[in-house]
Amino acid sequence: MTLVLAGTVAVLYAVGTYLLLQRTLTRIVIGLALLGHGANLLLLLAGGPPGEPPLVGEATSGVVSDPLPQAMALTAIVITFGVLAFLLALAYRSWAVSRNDEVEDDVEDRRVAAGKRASVHDEEVGQ
Amino acid sequence: MNILVALPIAIPVAAAAAALLVHLRLRLQRILSVGAVAGATAAAALLLVHVERSGTAVVSVGGWEPPVGIVLVADLFSALLLLVAMITVLAVLVFALGQLERAVEERYFHPLYLVLTVGVSASFLTGDLFNLFVAFEVMLIASYVLLTLTGRSEQVRPAMTYVVVSLLSSTLFITGIALVYAATGTVNMADLGQRLADVPGALRAGLAALFLVVFGIKAAIFPLFFWLPDSYPTAPAAVTAVFAGLLTKIGVYAIIRTQTVVFGSSDGGADTLILFLAGATMLVGVLGAIAQDDVKRILSFHIVSQIGYMVFGLGLFSVAGLAATTVFIIHHMPVKTSLFLVGGIVEKVTGTGALTRLGGMVHRIPMTAGLFMVPALSLAGLPPFSGFYGKLGLVQAGIQQQRFLVVAVSLLVSVLTLFSMAKIWTGVFWGDVDQPEVAAAPAKPGRTVPRLMTTATVGLVGVTVVIALAAEPLFQLSRRAAADLIQPGGYIEAVLGAAR
Repeated sequence: MTLVLAGTVAVLYAVGTYLLLQRTLTRIVIGLALLGHGANLLLLLAGGPPGEPPLVGEATSGVVSDPLPQAMALTAIVITFGVLAFLLALAYRSWAVSRNDEVEDDVEDRRVAAGKRASVHDEEVGQ
Repeated sequence: MNILVALPIAIPVAAAAAALLVHLRLRLQRILSVGAVAGATAAAALLLVHVERSGTAVVSVGGWEPPVGIVLVADLFSALLLLVAMITVLAVLVFALGQLERAVEERYFHPLYLVLTVGVSASFLTGDLFNLFVAFEVMLIASYVLLTLTGRSEQVRPAMTYVVVSLLSSTLFITGIALVYAATGTVNMADLGQRLADVPGALRAGLAALFLVVFGIKAAIFPLFFWLPDSYPTAPAAVTAVFAGLLTKIGVYAIIRTQTVVFGSSDGGADTLILFLAGATMLVGVLGAIAQDDVKRILSFHIVSQIGYMVFGLGLFSVAGLAATTVFIIHHMPVKTSLFLVGGIVEKVTGTGALTRLGGMVHRIPMTAGLFMVPALSLAGLPPFSGFYGKLGLVQAGIQQQRFLVVAVSLLVSVLTLFSMAKIWTGVFWGDVDQPEVAAAPAKPGRTVPRLMTTATVGLVGVTVVIALAAEPLFQLSRRAAADLIQPGGYIEAVLGAAR
């Protein structure tokens, strides 16, 4: 069971990383969501082997699962959810402003490149 | 007295909630947020006095005892940084009251700013790795919204980069926490400091490297700094100023805390790696700054460069090095912030921050020119000003340990920093006042500087002068703080002893 979960974590990280490297904003957002799921699952896995629910007085066999990673995973899920919702809103805003879902080139890169061309142009004019 | 540890977090949290409730009444919000931040600052000051007198203060939140429950810990290092951070937050808030347009300020600026304050103080005070993650997120989420407050297109794209990069770093942070928990079964920093000693060396080094990457992204160290100069300059000046002064420094704080208390200084060339990163960060940052011609962008690249100095002191892993780093961070927060505030005043007066379009400001706003001079020379590290002492300490500590290369780099970078400050000075303040471009600037920006903006900047510049004047006692405090970091036994005892 743990091996299956570990494999799932690996797949989630791999797919998330792949999507993160795409140029389309929506894919980046989905990639981040998958990465977040992977991390949360990993957090659960860190709690060791599964057992009975960690409720005081309820466990019969004496083997209960570790509640701390569960609490942490819950917190992390809430945070990731909130940030992703904001990111989606931002992506929508970006689309509404520019009508474009592609991530553009770096502004500074373009400015430097343009500056280079401009100065070359100046020199030509000077001659 | 230990309730003091919780106050810098509790006061702004309560005020943020209250400010949301009265979000239709701007005046009330202003009173609330200024009052709350001033209260948090006072609490931080009392906390520093308390910690200085009677040692590390610990609170187990909700009565759950460590290592299971969450603890808030204030040792000398965190108390010092917290106080300076709160003073900076207060000054920027006053500045923002004068600077922001009403429409922007009404759009939940105050609750967001208070939440940011909560994140800042919680990051400094937490003694728990997972709670540090939560504090970071609280701070970051507020910063995302503050960055995109107006939602204009020139803000949205850089903010996107910022959010995606931060979110990626947060995911790596969770990954790190999960791996640490799997290896040790605890996330309490003091407990980790003990238990990680039993973990195999290679695994410990791997975990330390992972956390270095996580916090390196937040602190913008080489080669993970690329997002910073892109995203910071687009926000309103007050927002950029508080980000510049605090957010990256909290990343540095987290690096120092984890690399000393949690992972221990020790073995395996980590110090050489960190020193290399420090040198590269200094150099790349300052070279980037020289290539720019916009005030905010120049200053943003200087943040990166200055982070290098802080990491330099950590890389030495000695009391002298860490003490110098502490002094340097304390000097850097108000200095960097006040530089951005001056940049904000110039923009408010002229409507632009581009060096080529500015000039002669020394005639139009002579006082602001003076206000720029002090922190600019501090940043370059000229003798009577605050930056000198931190840099001197770093160089001395570096020479002591015969790390001559990185010392040479740091001195070279200082000269280049001075050059770049002189570039701003000649571009903005000197020259002809009647350049046609300035005259043709849009009519919208006000021609006079609101008094609140000047007051806040004067106050913050005053703080940097006080830091320079009080350098000796500050160094002594920092040396004690650094000794506690190098020998974390006292910290661990204080936290785990609280359980008994």
